[in-house]
Amino acid sequence: MDTFLWIVRVGAIILLIWGVAGTVVQGLSGQGPTGEAWRDLVVAGIAQGAMYGLIALGYSMVYGVLGFINFAHGEVFMSGGMVGFFVANYLWEVRLWETNFVLAILLVLLSSILTSTLVAVIVERIAYRPLRASPRLIPLITSIGISFFLQYTFAGLFGVAVKNYPPPPDSLRSRVSLLGLEIEGSKLLVIVVAVATMVGLYLFVEKTRTGRSIRAVAEDKEIAALMGIDVNRTIVATFAVGGAMAGVAGTLWALLFRGVSFITGFLPGIKAFTAAVLGGIGNLPGAMAGGVLLGLFEGVGPQLVLAGFGIPGVSQLKDVVAFTALVLVLIFKPTGLFGERLSAEDRA
Amino acid sequence: MAINNGEGVKMRRAGTSALLVAVMMVAAACGESFEAGELGAVEVAEGEEIQIRSIGPITGDVAFLGVPNLRGVEMAVADYGPIEGWSVSIGTPMDGLCSPDGGQAAGQAIVADPQVVGVIGTACSGEAVAASPLISDAGMVMISPSNTSPALTSDMAGTAGTDYHVGYYRTAHNDLIQGRAVALFVRNELGLDVAAAIHDGDPYTNGLATAFKDAFEELGGTVPVFTAVNKGDTDMSAVLTEVAAGNPQAIFFPIFMPEGGFVVQQIGGISGLEDVVLLSADALLVDNFMELPESEGIYLSGPDVRYGDNTNSITGQSASGVLAAYSARYGEEPSAAFWAHSYDATAMLLQAIANVAVVDGDTMYIDRQALRDDLNSLEFDGLIGSVGCDQFGDCSPGLVTLVHHTNSSDIEAGKGNVVFSFAP
Repeated sequence: MDTFLWIVRVGAIILLIWGVAGTVVQGLSGQGPTGEAWRDLVVAGIAQGAMYGLIALGYSMVYGVLGFINFAHGEVFMSGGMVGFFVANYLWEVRLWETNFVLAILLVLLSSILTSTLVAVIVERIAYRPLRASPRLIPLITSIGISFFLQYTFAGLFGVAVKNYPPPPDSLRSRVSLLGLEIEGSKLLVIVVAVATMVGLYLFVEKTRTGRSIRAVAEDKEIAALMGIDVNRTIVATFAVGGAMAGVAGTLWALLFRGVSFITGFLPGIKAFTAAVLGGIGNLPGAMAGGVLLGLFEGVGPQLVLAGFGIPGVSQLKDVVAFTALVLVLIFKPTGLFGERLSAEDRA
Repeated sequence: MAINNGEGVKMRRAGTSALLVAVMMVAAACGESFEAGELGAVEVAEGEEIQIRSIGPITGDVAFLGVPNLRGVEMAVADYGPIEGWSVSIGTPMDGLCSPDGGQAAGQAIVADPQVVGVIGTACSGEAVAASPLISDAGMVMISPSNTSPALTSDMAGTAGTDYHVGYYRTAHNDLIQGRAVALFVRNELGLDVAAAIHDGDPYTNGLATAFKDAFEELGGTVPVFTAVNKGDTDMSAVLTEVAAGNPQAIFFPIFMPEGGFVVQQIGGISGLEDVVLLSADALLVDNFMELPESEGIYLSGPDVRYGDNTNSITGQSASGVLAAYSARYGEEPSAAFWAHSYDATAMLLQAIANVAVVDGDTMYIDRQALRDDLNSLEFDGLIGSVGCDQFGDCSPGLVTLVHHTNSSDIEAGKGNVVFSFAP
């Protein structure tokens, strides 16, 4: 075993314990966040992480089937949130948003899912299918180009200003009691919807005919084709399902943050890709868990670990914490937390 | 106007007496030609134009700041007219993107052209940090209408800032003044003891937040939390939780949109910050922040924009007249407050060029060192009040106000609701 790697591992654990111990000491002496503040941090982290998880599913599914990272997936997510804004704004103007919020948000969700699905499928047809036989790097670079193309198409169509969704009803902004914990309504809704969507996706992939063919194509495209599976149709279905998940994330994003702009997809896209790697790329439960964990690392990590060292302004370092967590996970478990799922040719 | 003697030698020095002109005509007639100072001189041949430039974000998220600055330059150039018969060109407006790399690229493009005399810009302090050393080294001058970071000039007590370079001037206030004004308001008017400050790492926001912290502590208050968000962040719960841990009575967050919007939208979900007083600065004194319902109740600091009938003594135009002409020419009201600072900065540069320009034959010579010397001593009345530079290039009258924004459906009322004003 590599001695250097061992030193890094031991050092990382010592630093981690040191930082947490410092924070605990601070907490015991009455400094640092209160109990309620910790609760809010954890809830916010899980809510943000659930969204990363939903986007990460798209990265993981496409990687599982085609073996490349679709960097335009962040923009697929943004497109849903953006079109959802115009629907929400219209519903606000006709006052449906206030009188029947449940119906309104369902319409927004539907429009967001449809847009993201459509964008994902069109991108696959135009940009990736013609490159199916090329080396992996070619579609990878293409996806970066598509990412910019989508960003600046939306900037050109709808302007560069941040678009703010109408405010959610008061019931969502007040706190809800759950198992003795007072949780903000909108965050609870985001977590519930995200979990329900993930469970739905899991059942879809495991139990339905299309889900089975997706798994078969991911396993081995040629054998799957020989077994009578329409590979092209299955790949389109993969992009569509990944896009739909991103569309759900787009609406949840709006519930949490309300502001969308043409650049909104970039950072969540990178984070979701990180989440997919964290959980084990190609592995769907891994992507979901990786997303939630990454959100938690980001939300709680700076206060929990860095504040213990007496570093000022720790929350600005949340990206550092998130990506350090990724590096550490990969040092300890190079295939991600739940293990990669690679196709037959990649395993060979 | 040009004066022609029998040998075809044209020369004149603007802003001086006829006697001086006569003496110099004799000198020129005796065969003496123009001698440039140590930084060299720009030679503008007959038929060419005097070249000045502008830098600022004219695309992207911060175009709301850069575009009115650029228009202020265009209007002042038009109002001033030609210098000694030479017309002034601003060339292609340079887009500094409100970022250090954008400022660097724009600065490099400008100094590559030896004909450029001076620059009006940049709009953002972040751009200036990269552009100002380039422009200074090239012997040019730059006058910024809206940089406010103290690092770009001085601490206002005789020590140059870390990013000060000779040849840099500005008509915007130094943020030490604005930070002090906010601190005085929070400490003395609101009577609060504990405040938090949030910046976003940008030289402008960092400088202003630091100035506030220093002044507030000097006034006997405490700032237990001084922290930052990242540009591009959307989830503010971590930073607000960190802030809540310090139990502040007020939060000063002089950051930009969209992060500023996310702060006011998410603060309701953070326990411990229910009754906190929110304050921000001119970067959020903009429509797309002020129209958010959650922005109601915030105090916003910025330059005193009650220009009224202040008149620019160089062009003879009044603030109300320039504003009316602006609206007529561009079809909209200025989207940020610094159009007047830009107008004054441009008038100042053009007047200084006219003061030092020497015409010899068919050529105009503009000595670079003489131009700097002239700017150092130039004083005039601008749209923004009386303008005159200290030794580190701070030329603004430095009037700062705080407005109280209470109604998101009447933004103009909020902008005019001055509750505190301060001059150093």
